[in-house]
Amino acid sequence: MVSAPESQPQSLFDKLWNTHLVQAQSETTPAILYIDLHLVHEVTSPQGFDLLREKDIAVRCPERTLATLDHSTPTLPPDKDGRRPYITEQAQRQVQTLRNNCKEFGIELHDWDSPSRGVVHVMGPELGATQPGMTIVCGDSHTSTHGAFGALAFGIGTTEVGHVLARQCLLQNKPGSMRINLDGRLGNGVTAKDLALYIINHIGMNGGTGHVIEYTGEAVRGLDMESRMTLCNMTIEAGARAGMIAPDQVTIDYLRGRRKVPQGEAFEAAAEKWLKLASDPSAYFDHEISLDASAIRPTITYGTDPGMSVAIGEMVPVAVNASQQKALEYMDLSSGQSLAERKVDIVFVGSCTNGRISDLRATAKVLRGRKIAPHVRMLVVPGSENIRRQAELEGLDKVVRAAGAEWRLAGCSMCLAMNGDIVPPGKTAVSTSNRNFAGRQGKGSRTMLASPETAAACAVMGRVAGVSEVESTQEGE
Amino acid sequence: MMQAFTRLTGNILVLAQENIDTDQIIPGRFLTATNFDDIGEGAFADWRYDDAGELVAGHVLNQARARHSPILVGGHNFGCGSSREHAPRALLGFGFRVVISSQIADIFKSNAQNTGLLPVVLKPEQHARLLQMDAGEITVDLERCCVIVCEESGEQHNWPFTMDPFARHCLLHGLDRLDFLSQAEPAIQAYENGI
Repeated sequence: MVSAPESQPQSLFDKLWNTHLVQAQSETTPAILYIDLHLVHEVTSPQGFDLLREKDIAVRCPERTLATLDHSTPTLPPDKDGRRPYITEQAQRQVQTLRNNCKEFGIELHDWDSPSRGVVHVMGPELGATQPGMTIVCGDSHTSTHGAFGALAFGIGTTEVGHVLARQCLLQNKPGSMRINLDGRLGNGVTAKDLALYIINHIGMNGGTGHVIEYTGEAVRGLDMESRMTLCNMTIEAGARAGMIAPDQVTIDYLRGRRKVPQGEAFEAAAEKWLKLASDPSAYFDHEISLDASAIRPTITYGTDPGMSVAIGEMVPVAVNASQQKALEYMDLSSGQSLAERKVDIVFVGSCTNGRISDLRATAKVLRGRKIAPHVRMLVVPGSENIRRQAELEGLDKVVRAAGAEWRLAGCSMCLAMNGDIVPPGKTAVSTSNRNFAGRQGKGSRTMLASPETAAACAVMGRVAGVSEVESTQEGE
Repeated sequence: MMQAFTRLTGNILVLAQENIDTDQIIPGRFLTATNFDDIGEGAFADWRYDDAGELVAGHVLNQARARHSPILVGGHNFGCGSSREHAPRALLGFGFRVVISSQIADIFKSNAQNTGLLPVVLKPEQHARLLQMDAGEITVDLERCCVIVCEESGEQHNWPFTMDPFARHCLLHGLDRLDFLSQAEPAIQAYENGI
């Protein structure tokens, strides 16, 4: 695909692509795209650093590289001797490897002693490292999160992590473009997570493959930054390369004063430039879709891909193919069944999708003055240590604990269950994370994705339920 | 050094399920290693092993032929989900050199190209025919960009596929893309000077 000349109307994506071209795409070679920010975590980076050592290359731009510990890290506190409860020695070695690599190559690492350590896609925006107009990559598919700021942000593999460490660039062919226009406003109690699940249900889990999606429309403008991050985060679950939202005053207000953004007048000058990144009115998109956001209701998944979802209260739909039938069997559900009958064993609130302060507040609002059902185990895992401290200042940890749920340290935790926080075989988890793939949260785990509000309601009721049911059957404080 | 790929004649192994995500290909708990040496051991672990850790008897991936079938034919939208490069690495470690589907997810495809696993996207009807065949020998020719299938009836198909020219060039010659990027160093410096 060849970029439009700069004189022609350009989309947000075109503008970012064109301004980051070190070398344009040719018939035989991909474009060389400059990367403004490279986020690094312990799981997908070790072999990338090895590549540098093999070739005797330094990290080209340590100042454009930012690392954290999140995936393999325990969310339980250290014992009295200060030992962290890593799931395996190998997990601990992986963390140590990142520590060594960051020291050797001069990279800023948010280790256990950093008050800002957190899930990579929560920490970056929180520090203001994520800024409009940037190209951002990470060895992690949910890098799409950062598109909420009007950045071009996408996940890469470990070999490419090595490329960016070595040359601060990536070899890329320009993806196609898609605009999803969301008319209307989200109804009361309907969240960005419900919106994301609705979109994936509508376009399919591969509906965005080969494309960068820009979200526009009244419903998107009405979202706060944390909600926009949730929406862009889930874009990869529709198969898209990246999701983006044009910067506006909401973006600027969120970023002002954050540690890594320009300060004072320099910030206002940057903000002026950021506001010009929005797609030109007649910019071209390869595909355009319009959806009515006001029709969306609180949503939950029932299958083993994020596209298989229904509004809370609806029956399990009829399986339309063998894959869906297999998914229903895996979930132990059948078409026409009421989901409200489904007992919930585990509830997980957290992840780069829904582990931010607004998510924890929404969770606590449902839990306040209530108890989770006796058979339910619930984990609440803040997305960063900053968020954890903020939540504790607000007393949210006390609400969570009083309800009978566990309050943890920041990390990816049960989203991908590689740190020991797992869902046992055959158990049903309602999770605020992003993937309900078979075995994602532990071998044999059955995951239902939902918003924090819905997850908390399910914990209280002990079965699949919406917030309205909790409110009508149980007195809160 | 990436292994070069020119042409391969070998048996196919079919996993017809749609949307085989990278969590199926290599579950999260196998991601704590700091190298890719033994990653093939974890390939499709949740499919190959039961809850007690015993091999699932009869699973196609546990049949003797699985390790002698270098061409994996997967269902539509193969490799969706997580960006973990461990996924193509695990398939290579298991013994696959080619993945064929009617759609392959973006990040998986790029990771496969970077690691020497050839991702081939065929037309739906061609893909469907391979799914139906279930076993048997085919040829994947990267020089001519085609898949050659001889039916039992004697009928021969020659199915062309498209491939990004640069990825093809690197795969054909086993070239490291980083070397290409490194040659662009003057252009990178010029770009940085202009920021």
